[in-house]
This record gives sequence, C-alpha cells and structure tokens, in this order.
Amino acid sequence: MPTFASVNVGDELATLTKAPSRLQLVQYAAGSGDFNPLHFDPDFPQAKQIGDNIVHGRMKYACLGELVSNWLDHSGWVKMISCQYRGMDMRGAEFKVKGVVAAKREENGQKLVDLDVWTENVGGQKTTPGKATVVLNG
Amino acid sequence: MGTTLRTMAEQFEITDEMRAQIGKEGDPWTYEVTTTGVRAFARGVGYTDTTYYDIDDANAKGLDALPAPPCYLGFPIFIPGRSDATFSGPRGGGGGVSHGLPGLLDGGTETNYERPIKAGDVLEGRSALTNLETKTSPSLGVMLLTTQETTYRDKATGDVVARQRAQAIFY
Repeated sequence: MPTFASVNVGDELATLTKAPSRLQLVQYAAGSGDFNPLHFDPDFPQAKQIGDNIVHGRMKYACLGELVSNWLDHSGWVKMISCQYRGMDMRGAEFKVKGVVAAKREENGQKLVDLDVWTENVGGQKTTPGKATVVLNG
Repeated sequence: MGTTLRTMAEQFEITDEMRAQIGKEGDPWTYEVTTTGVRAFARGVGYTDTTYYDIDDANAKGLDALPAPPCYLGFPIFIPGRSDATFSGPRGGGGGVSHGLPGLLDGGTETNYERPIKAGDVLEGRSALTNLETKTSPSLGVMLLTTQETTYRDKATGDVVARQRAQAIFY
C-alpha cells in the first residue's frame, strides 16, 4: 500500500497482462453499455474491413484504471486519468498494461502522485499512452 | 487486413450548421452507480480485486460501499426510443452533431474527479460539443474529430463530481 513517503519517482507499477477474448469483450460491453458490434461480432462490416474485432478503446482506458487501482490498493483515490488511443489491439492479442511514477507533489493540502501509464502490444508499441494523478490518504 | 467494404471519405467539410452546435449543451441524462453495475463493469474489465465485488471486503478497506472502478461513471439509464441502442446513453450522445460518417473510433478520454464515486451515487450528466476539426488519414481518408465534454453532478446535492472530455473520430 503506497504512502506519500514511500513512493519514489521511477517506481514501476505491477504490470497487467491482457488478451481479451470475445467473451471478455462481450462482458465489457455489458458492463459499460458500449454495444458497438465492431468489438464482438465477427460479421460486422467494419470488423471484416479491419480483419477482426478490436478491443474497445474505453476498455483499455479502464485497464489503465485497473493498473492504477491495483497499485493504489484503496489507499487514496484517482483524481485524474487520461489516455489517447493511438493503435488498435485485436481480439485475443496480448498486450501489457504498464505504469511508472512520474512525480509527487503537495497541492492544496493534497498529497498527489502523477503516473505515466500505457498499454503496450507485443511489438512494443504504446497503443494507449496516458496519465493519471492520484490523491494519497497518507 | 480484410476486404475493404466501404470507400474512404475523400471530401468532408464542417458546415456552419455543424459549427453552430459547438457550446450547446444536450439534455441531462441520469447515470446510476449501482452495486450490480460496479460488479458488471469490474468483471468486464477483468478486475480480480474483490473490493469491487464484495461489500465485506470493501468495508475491510475502510469503504462504506462498493467503490466505482476508475473510469466508471455509472450506467446510463436505458429508455427505449430515447436511449442510443448501441451506446446506451442519450440518443445522439447529448450535445452531438449530425455528419453522416458511418465509422467511429475513440480518440482519447480524460476524466477529472472531484471525489471518489461509489455504489449508491446517482449522477446527472450533461454533455456539450466543444470542438470540431478534420484530419486526413492515409488509411481512413478524411476524418471528423469531435471533442465533447460531459459534466457529472450528484443528483442529490447538485455538486459536480466529475468532468470527462472525450474525443471521437468519425470516418
């Protein structure tokens, strides 16, 4: 459980490994309400055009959230989380979810930690780079 | 890459009518953060942290309710005829713009929170289109990039709890 005193710039967050199956993508659709068939229907024209179903961008965004949440272990809360969708990740293809502590600072009485977070495909491309800021309780 | 089933947009222009939509707020929409919704979202993402599923485990972490996972701002209430059948939110996205481009990709998302969200919260989201621009991609042709900002308020207090900025790419 991180504390403001124990966190250091350069600390790495524990990497997550994902390879969402069609079932997982359907479960994400149900949980998020995003039922775009591009993400689970192999016969959907856009999926045929691309070559397969692709992982929801917002699911990768949420995976960045999971990465941060696991590191935070409920010892604070997420104040900001952002990402850009730079590349597609295909159904079933493995990608890693990674992060590193970029800065820590105190502002308006809050103990803040800035994180660089991203998803990375097997080719090493950062398909979803992002940032997060968390508020630590102590 | 599979068979190309549609032609890339070679020409697309932002009209005055489309620009006139910038800044206009859509109708408010309700987003419920329920225990079932939190569990469904956490399951969909693949969380193994039981704090998002089991109230006893949440209590053990000092929480009085299931916490909403980061990036989850509740589930939009679904009303046939008024909700978007694909994306579940208000039809047209709330503060959206008509353009006729069939393809859609997410461009980016940023959420700023004023406080943690938890099961039991009922939020009211109100969206506004804040920017329109075009770009050209070698593979997708002329694309329309839209930026939409949604403000989420606690329906019980009226306090802003989060603001989300989302960029969409239509092609």
